[in-house]
Amino acid sequence: METLEQLRDRLLARFPGAEVSVVTNPGPAAQHSLLLGPAHARAIALFLRDDPALKLDQCSNVTGVDWPDKQITDTVRTPVLDAAGATVRILEEKTTRLRPGYLEIVYHLYSIALRHGPVILRLRTTNRTDQVTAPSLTPVWRACEFQEREVFDLFGVVFDGHPDLRRILMWPEFKDHPMRKDYVEPDDYEWEPTPHGTVLEKAKGHYPPPAAGPAAKTEELKN
Amino acid sequence: MSDAPAITPAERDELRRHGILLTSLQELYTWGNSNSVWPLNFGLACCAIEMIAASMAKFDIARFGSEVFRPSPRQADLLIVSGTVTKKMAPQVVRLWNQMPEPKYCIAMGACAISGGPFKQGYNVLKGIDRFIPVDIYIPGCPPRPEALLHGLVELQKKIKGFQLTGPDAPRHLRADSQCDFPVPEFGEHDLDPPANPEVWKAPTIVRTK
Repeated sequence: METLEQLRDRLLARFPGAEVSVVTNPGPAAQHSLLLGPAHARAIALFLRDDPALKLDQCSNVTGVDWPDKQITDTVRTPVLDAAGATVRILEEKTTRLRPGYLEIVYHLYSIALRHGPVILRLRTTNRTDQVTAPSLTPVWRACEFQEREVFDLFGVVFDGHPDLRRILMWPEFKDHPMRKDYVEPDDYEWEPTPHGTVLEKAKGHYPPPAAGPAAKTEELKN
Repeated sequence: MSDAPAITPAERDELRRHGILLTSLQELYTWGNSNSVWPLNFGLACCAIEMIAASMAKFDIARFGSEVFRPSPRQADLLIVSGTVTKKMAPQVVRLWNQMPEPKYCIAMGACAISGGPFKQGYNVLKGIDRFIPVDIYIPGCPPRPEALLHGLVELQKKIKGFQLTGPDAPRHLRADSQCDFPVPEFGEHDLDPPANPEVWKAPTIVRTK
């Protein structure tokens, strides 16, 4: 199969004006992916499915990723030179900027006919509060239907063009999206046998206040 | 009954050897009750596989009179909560429990049914079925082996055999003041509403020993 860069160039030639870029994965898996803009996503998906050289006829997995707002610090280093042209010291200038959060949907595509894959597609929403629409790829791959419903349920991505967009795991009256990073779960903690980390912090709110005195102090140290 | 002359178990056994059976209504009642506990044919997760294994020939739950798994709650005496109870499933489990006629018993089988188990901190897992249903026997394990389920059943039979039919210690179904209908939680916007039935469950208190 052609490389992802070749595929991107072919898509850009086939769909002028489309937003297609390669997102590299710096991890050891090195599974790089194609980021698609929402306008041409479905047309590109149809092309990927029907192109004789690709024939990506199976969508094996759809998943969501929540990217919250993030403070990014850019450091600019400028060397300060003396009269002779040698570096005296390096001036560091730090600027912070806010990368607005978004929701991302990841599709893993395989070709049963040509036995290759995966080709990974990413779609992004504009933000994660009010503009959370993404084009549905269910009309292209029917297998996406339940998984897009799951992404809608747990992340809150609204799929445009989905035939039956309802919650699939949680009940219809449920208002939250549990897989989002800022999800606050209901506070029904009780005594925890082996609490640690955030669970300990949450469970502590339900523990009785320790009795005053030296004995209570040792008990706290043990915890 | 208290006016009857006291008779020791040894004397009773002696009489029985001579063909005289002495018993009480309470003994007959609990004997019959404890040896015909019909479970509901109801499984939730992997614990249900062990429950099915317990009903098969190798472990043979029929030895204890419980082989008749009823497909209808109207005919069942025992609810074996075998597996993870999700919050979406919890109202249905309580509804099944309400549809079972008294006397009825509940076994919480496995870590999930007891406390939520490995999924305790999950957003959609009930932290133990005892938040909504009075549980008679807890069987720990993940999942418990069929022998453990059989042991739990034997313990339940012991419990039934120890029932007093009259007085303040009478079981739930023989008291006029007890309720048989348990409120079914509703689906709320963030959690089940209510998240627990305060009549049957309250959060355990920690006793600091030192």
